[in-house]
Amino acid sequence: MSDSMRVRAKEKDGVVTVKSLITHPMETGLRKDGDGNVIPAHFIKEVVATVGDRTVFTANWGTGVAKNPYLSFKYKGAKGDTLQLSWADNNGHTDSIEVTVK
Amino acid sequence: MNRRHFMEAGAVLAAWLAAGRAWAAWPQGAFEAEEPASVVSQLASGKPEHSDAIHIKAPEIAENGAVVPISVSADLEQVSKISIVVDKNPLPLTSIYELTADAVPYVATRVKMLKTSDVLVLVEAGGKTYANKREVKVTIGGCGG
Amino acid sequence: MKPHRFAVLLAGSLVAVAAAGVAAEVDPKADLEAFQSFFKNKFPSLPWEEYANGSYALDPAWRANWELIEEFPPYEVAVAKGEEMWEVPFANGTTYADCFGEPGVQHHYPRWDKEQGQVVTLALAINQCREAHGEKPLKYKKGAIVDLLAYMAYESRGNTIDVKVPEDDPRALEAYKKGRDFYYTRRGQLNFACAHCHMGMAGRKLRTESMSPALGQTTGWPVYRSKWGAIGTLHRRYSGCNKQVRAKPFKAQGEEYRNLEYFHTYLSNGLPLNGPAARK
Repeated sequence: MSDSMRVRAKEKDGVVTVKSLITHPMETGLRKDGDGNVIPAHFIKEVVATVGDRTVFTANWGTGVAKNPYLSFKYKGAKGDTLQLSWADNNGHTDSIEVTVK
Repeated sequence: MNRRHFMEAGAVLAAWLAAGRAWAAWPQGAFEAEEPASVVSQLASGKPEHSDAIHIKAPEIAENGAVVPISVSADLEQVSKISIVVDKNPLPLTSIYELTADAVPYVATRVKMLKTSDVLVLVEAGGKTYANKREVKVTIGGCGG
Repeated sequence: MKPHRFAVLLAGSLVAVAAAGVAAEVDPKADLEAFQSFFKNKFPSLPWEEYANGSYALDPAWRANWELIEEFPPYEVAVAKGEEMWEVPFANGTTYADCFGEPGVQHHYPRWDKEQGQVVTLALAINQCREAHGEKPLKYKKGAIVDLLAYMAYESRGNTIDVKVPEDDPRALEAYKKGRDFYYTRRGQLNFACAHCHMGMAGRKLRTESMSPALGQTTGWPVYRSKWGAIGTLHRRYSGCNKQVRAKPFKAQGEEYRNLEYFHTYLSNGLPLNGPAARK
């Protein structure tokens, strides 16, 4: 279970398609609030996908990725794979989820 | 976060660190570059070669510049990296994707676009950098609410 | 072209209509017929169910964006949270199911409550359920109520809107009429009525924005709006629309917006619900 991540992973013809939606403000650090104060940058910098101890895909993100970001990628894998998806943001927060490939 | 969830996240991190993997260095120079040319020179191996084998799927007109769906697929061998650059954004580099041998050369995400701009995609394959681009129009709407 | 009832109303403000004595007479069934015919004549090749997709039914460039977003829609998070809320019993052991039976009931709302003598929207019903079982009411503008509404909307998908204006209670007709009057009254510095943008200008662009037709506008709520970066309610959107024409907005779930929602939803009777929806 993850508070911030929803993931779907489906295998077909030896390729697993992973679709994920992450809840995160992805603040650019360029916006101001109602009082004119700058809202500090707060964004996911890295997303990593592993199957067991194999890293299969890594994303490095900047502030140009949309709020509540979506990420989809594909890797060669099998039904039953245990896929872990994790992210880390510029404030040092992290979250992680484990799903079984269908 | 509840305690059980926190421990799970910790277990994953611990497993990676044990496997010799830590959070990788984030290419700050490239992400903070204000000119697309600077992004390209920092990320590319030499001058990128145009390639139509890079397919960029994006709406012709973005209905909302805050959320523009982009997907990239590349019919190239040994793709190790895909980067998505929005030329006219204040910070053009949006994202870099590192693919292992197990990954298929494909990625989809949603990016922010400040205004009508080329979306430039760099693909590193077999040690060489290829590029393609596609214009996405962004209209600034007058009615929000 | 035969002048439609609504074209007459559009020609001037509501004052002209009242002067003509038309306002005294309220016939929801006739309104429904005229209203739905207006749009069918305006968009003769548009399939009926497509009205539920608003601007995406009429603007192909925008539709392309929407279809990409629908591959993993952002409202899924709210639906999951709403489902959790639905499952958890109140402190006294009762549940939302004890009030509503099942979550897929949105097509019956808003409804006229004879005992209370007012229009009850789904949001109001949720809080009335909570208060009846000793729970504090949820805030209407933002927060947890939107998640629960998202879950109930999701479970209500495909149900046909069936709002009733009972003929045996003149107060129901009065509430319907108030909603209708609101819809056609000019307001704000820009002096527009809802009807100006969403009837005459439906499918056309105002300041690069495609105007959605009034028919089908209530099918997808609550809506995840990219502009909000969040999921929100119909009354939040009413408030935004009023502010856009520089009119003072009304209170979420106050009498004005509930009566407006009553009229507005009634006119979409026969369309399938398709919430929660993702919109720009």
